[in-house]
Amino acid sequence: MRGDADGRAHRRRHSGARRLHALAALPLLASVLAGCGGTASAGPAVLNWYQFPDDSGALQQAADSCGKASGGRYVIHYNKLPRTADGQRQQLVRRLAAHDSSMDILGLDVTWAPEFAEAGWAREWTGATKEQATEDTLPVPLQTTTWKGKLYGVPYNANTQLLWYRDDLVPTPPKTWAEMLAQAEALAKAGKPHFVEIQGAQYEGLTVWFNTLITSAGGAVLTPDATAPSLGPPGVTAAGIMHDLATSAAADPSLPNQMEDQNRLAMESGTAAFEINYPFVYPSMKADQPELFKHFKWAPYPGVEPGKPASVTIGGIDLAIGAYTRHADLAYEAALCLRNSDNQKVAALKGGLPPTLRSLYSDPALGASYPFAAEILASLEAASVRPQTPAYQNVSIAISHTLSPPASIRPRSSIAGLRSQISDALSSKGLIP
Amino acid sequence: MTGPDRAAPDPATPKGPNALSVGARQERNLGFMLCAPAVIVMAAVTAYPIGYAVYLSLQRYDLRFPQLAHWVGLSNYGAVLTSPFWWDALWVTVVITVVSVAIELVLGMLLALVMHRALFGRGVVRTAILIPYGIVTVVAAFSWQYAWTPGTGYLAALLPAGSAPLTDHWQAIGLIILAEVWKTTPFMALLLLAGLALVPEETVRAAMVDGATAWQRLVLVILPLMKPAILVALLFRTLDAFRIFDNIYVLTSGSNNTASVSILGYDNLFTALNLGIGSAISVLIFVCVALIAFVFIKLFGTAAPGSEMERR
Repeated sequence: MRGDADGRAHRRRHSGARRLHALAALPLLASVLAGCGGTASAGPAVLNWYQFPDDSGALQQAADSCGKASGGRYVIHYNKLPRTADGQRQQLVRRLAAHDSSMDILGLDVTWAPEFAEAGWAREWTGATKEQATEDTLPVPLQTTTWKGKLYGVPYNANTQLLWYRDDLVPTPPKTWAEMLAQAEALAKAGKPHFVEIQGAQYEGLTVWFNTLITSAGGAVLTPDATAPSLGPPGVTAAGIMHDLATSAAADPSLPNQMEDQNRLAMESGTAAFEINYPFVYPSMKADQPELFKHFKWAPYPGVEPGKPASVTIGGIDLAIGAYTRHADLAYEAALCLRNSDNQKVAALKGGLPPTLRSLYSDPALGASYPFAAEILASLEAASVRPQTPAYQNVSIAISHTLSPPASIRPRSSIAGLRSQISDALSSKGLIP
Repeated sequence: MTGPDRAAPDPATPKGPNALSVGARQERNLGFMLCAPAVIVMAAVTAYPIGYAVYLSLQRYDLRFPQLAHWVGLSNYGAVLTSPFWWDALWVTVVITVVSVAIELVLGMLLALVMHRALFGRGVVRTAILIPYGIVTVVAAFSWQYAWTPGTGYLAALLPAGSAPLTDHWQAIGLIILAEVWKTTPFMALLLLAGLALVPEETVRAAMVDGATAWQRLVLVILPLMKPAILVALLFRTLDAFRIFDNIYVLTSGSNNTASVSILGYDNLFTALNLGIGSAISVLIFVCVALIAFVFIKLFGTAAPGSEMERR
């Protein structure tokens, strides 16, 4: 979907480059073969990097260039994990539970650090590596990979949602949810496209939606020490907004089954006026619907209370070092290289991934193909983190099951039910649905 | 006759009911030896995992914290059996099993009659009927999923605008059943066709001569004669349908309360990483499957697979 013409052209160039690399490696291979029977440590160490699948080629390029820059001390092998976050976590967890020593650099979702740290699967970052990891790095992404005051990873990319809208239908973007629903109702009455596209399916996206609303309303899912549910009145407010949207004219009939990509497609098909989504929708709209693209604009995520900007749930990936790796020192070094300024810039320009280094947001090259860089940076600075607990999966499932489908939410009783389910989830009691 | 090397059977010596001749004993030992590799393999690949699952189900065991694993007796079973999620999933599974197997039986019977009676193009007819069964379930499930997704699917386009059938509890269950029926009716038809072949042609003709109508021939002659084959087909399909996983995993992944017991077990094992609870669910599924088999074999008198079908 992000494979626009640029990406394809790049892949062609890139595969050509890879052939050259292969040729260049031949003498090396010959020398390794010649040295066969000698020490097993001949040749560079192979570091395995397990990361989400990337179609743009940016990740492979980073792996190659870091291997080259290491001066033959290591090469990075990029292993593509499954597409869904659940699939990625399942593969990492199964291998780590079996003490797989080939797990060197792990691309963890921003919600997994506490779990991997508690299980002893990720190494702590200390001393000089910690200093390098935190230098120029945005604070909220760092917070996602910190557990009990210790750092367990280095932020690779961040992600955040913006409000996308059509300025032919909506002259001034709404500042709050109430305004947005009112505008959508008015468009519906006028017989114009009016849907609000948001992730309403029973999955992580629904948890993200709820988390953004509850933190924007001044609350939190868990208490600060992450041992008990907090929820309270902000939780009721958040659940109320979800219910209001789902039962209004603004709701897409597919809302209870929509994830990010269905939202993108609906917006591109022209039935919607608003879309809450990640920046990948922008290049996609440009490629798929040039006519609509002229009216495709962005604004900050709508707030819950007037005059108070939303604190949008942060997404992204942190790089952690596997506990059972045989090349820990090299792995720290390689992970820092993979997310250095140059490689983050390539990932941002080719793959559309928002960087975690503050200085990149003032880079003119980024501003040119990333016109919303300022809004992204502002959103990341004020971002909220999803509940930090080793039991995050269970907490998230409790949220997405209780609040799905959004139309059947009864704010007060739903939040009361959610409170007891989260309590159970935190103590790993009972079943998950 | 007094030496230790009594090789030949002695007709004069009275034998106990269990006494075996040396030859027969040797033959039996050879039989055991020939069976042994298969038995060992079966023990390794089925008995061991089943035993291990039972063992895990009696522990509090989180894959993330193996050092904290400890014995909890039957409390995992208590947690599962008192959880509404288990009973919801069991109810969904039973509904899907009963409805889909009932529809499959009727459709499968019709298809079997068509295949049996086809006068020309018999090979083509049978092949065409068997195609859905030859398609990988996950692939078929993905095409159903796309077909029913508004905006991308041709089937969703036939529905009134704005309907998204996979997002509604009952509609989604209906579609899961539809996918399941489409996929496995050919298997049912194949089993029934084998039963149909057992019905002697002359018996049917005799009934015809006696003036039985087509319906009477089917209900009073053919079906009773086919009963063993029908019961075996029902047993196989019920056991399969009860363990439904792939269609649901692809179509709804269990959302909107459409999870079967297998989906519930998978989620608890691989997402929650709770080996104790997950194994308890697996063992309970195993018990349910054993119960279904017991009911079919003991109460309905289904011939157990492998034994001779001699009861007709």
